[in-house]
Amino acid sequence: MTDLPSLLEQTWRADYGRIVATVIRVMGGDFGSAEEVVQEAFEAALLQWPREGVPKEPRAWLLRAAKNKAVDRVRRGGRLGARVDALEVIARLEQELASPLDGRDWQDHPDDSLRLLFTCCHPALAEDIQVALALRTLCGLTTEEVARAFLVPAATMAQRLVRAQRKIRDARIPYVIPEADALAERTRGVLHAIYLLFSEGHAATEGTELLRTDLCAEALRLARLARSLLPLHPEVASLLALMLLHHSRRRARVAEDGGLVLLDRQDRSLWEAEEIEEGLKQLDAAMALGAHGPYTVQAAIAALHARAKRPEETDWEQIAALYGRLTELTPGPVVELNRAAAVAMARGPEQGLALVDDLESSGRLTAYHLLPAARAELLRRLGRWREAEAAYRRALALVRTEPERRFLEERLREVLASPPSSA
Amino acid sequence: MKYLLMIYENEKAWESKSKEESEQFLGEYFAYTDSVQKSGNLIAGEALQPTQTATTVRVRDGKRLTTDGPFAETREQLGGFYLVEAKDLDEAIALASRIPSARLGCIEIRPVWELSESAG
Repeated sequence: MTDLPSLLEQTWRADYGRIVATVIRVMGGDFGSAEEVVQEAFEAALLQWPREGVPKEPRAWLLRAAKNKAVDRVRRGGRLGARVDALEVIARLEQELASPLDGRDWQDHPDDSLRLLFTCCHPALAEDIQVALALRTLCGLTTEEVARAFLVPAATMAQRLVRAQRKIRDARIPYVIPEADALAERTRGVLHAIYLLFSEGHAATEGTELLRTDLCAEALRLARLARSLLPLHPEVASLLALMLLHHSRRRARVAEDGGLVLLDRQDRSLWEAEEIEEGLKQLDAAMALGAHGPYTVQAAIAALHARAKRPEETDWEQIAALYGRLTELTPGPVVELNRAAAVAMARGPEQGLALVDDLESSGRLTAYHLLPAARAELLRRLGRWREAEAAYRRALALVRTEPERRFLEERLREVLASPPSSA
Repeated sequence: MKYLLMIYENEKAWESKSKEESEQFLGEYFAYTDSVQKSGNLIAGEALQPTQTATTVRVRDGKRLTTDGPFAETREQLGGFYLVEAKDLDEAIALASRIPSARLGCIEIRPVWELSESAG
């Protein structure tokens, strides 16, 4: 049997977001007060449950306790957000508290989490704050944990979160699910926020580690939540598929010394089969819903890699075609660079190199280490050692994470040890 | 809740407009003003004369200092405003996005500090 503190911790992890989402609604959109009363409810459980036994429906009990604390607070005349009508809040709370404690509290208002997600990811809030707020409220991370995720001091993060909550209150960002005409656009915003969080975890742009699996795991939690809340939205399923398929390779992607292992050199037995299966299933579900956006194309690319048992079995023609589609959907130099790499695999390094050269002469990626790195790789495969060496040196001058630096240095050593080029 | 919708645009852009273009644009403004009046959102709204008519005044150590020109030289200038009543930020955003200048410049939305109510 689990002991009480760990039961409460599990409940916190699993249900804090749902509880706080409902309490924010009944308290008229006041984030700060809602968080406080939910915290008080958990503290009350820690005191009461050892004496009275664990309730049959722990989370319904916690929700009820939080609502009771909310109504006490409002009756005592505690400060609520600007223009929140205290009488209205009390009336709403009394009505919801009048129902018997039979778990129905829990089933009523299933939309509250979605309201919270859309409010956290409101475009009037800065993008990085959207994710931070979602992690804090929906996932129940402490401010310290959120701060760690964003590599900032806890005090800085606390200040940012307070500022965001204040903006929600003072500019009156509504606590609602957007109306039909805005829903698609707003959903894109939510997905983008989740995607950014995942990307930062999957390919950290700063720091000594290549992967920050904690960030990826939290992003996956949010994506799963969004998927369950928006079951008919195709791109949500695509995003979840994409993240699962990338996440499944995490153990193979980092070498023992912390260095980067590229796809063709990864030990595929380290790929998480269950996550791949779930990812493929989500992609099928997305396709069945008519998905065709950028996340879908990226998920389809990841699926082709996942299906190849050995690197040689990879369907590079298909992948190159999908990257072609992606350059139409989300034009940009990074996508074009990926397309060049796929074309090189499908039709030989010369063709890939031609695309990389076009990209380089367009001057759009001058500060990005992956451009010279890709060039160097293709030149190396063509045996043009001296040019490869120069390109590796340029990439090394631009690279920002330690593991990638080591990877490039290793390749540079290989090139330097190669016989002089005949060309 | 009251929101101030501040219209920022490049005032030079007006000078380069043909007579027909200017008239059409003004027509759109009249139609917009009319629609927010009918919907009950409009409290007030004015267009401002260009920044070359602006005067900035500050008082330091009890001395008044008056200078020619706007407070800040920027690429886009405050050209007018609407004060509207909206139920929340989403409604204010919807109102702001229909202002004709939103297509050329941008609209800054600021909730009005309602002192009497926050004190109560």
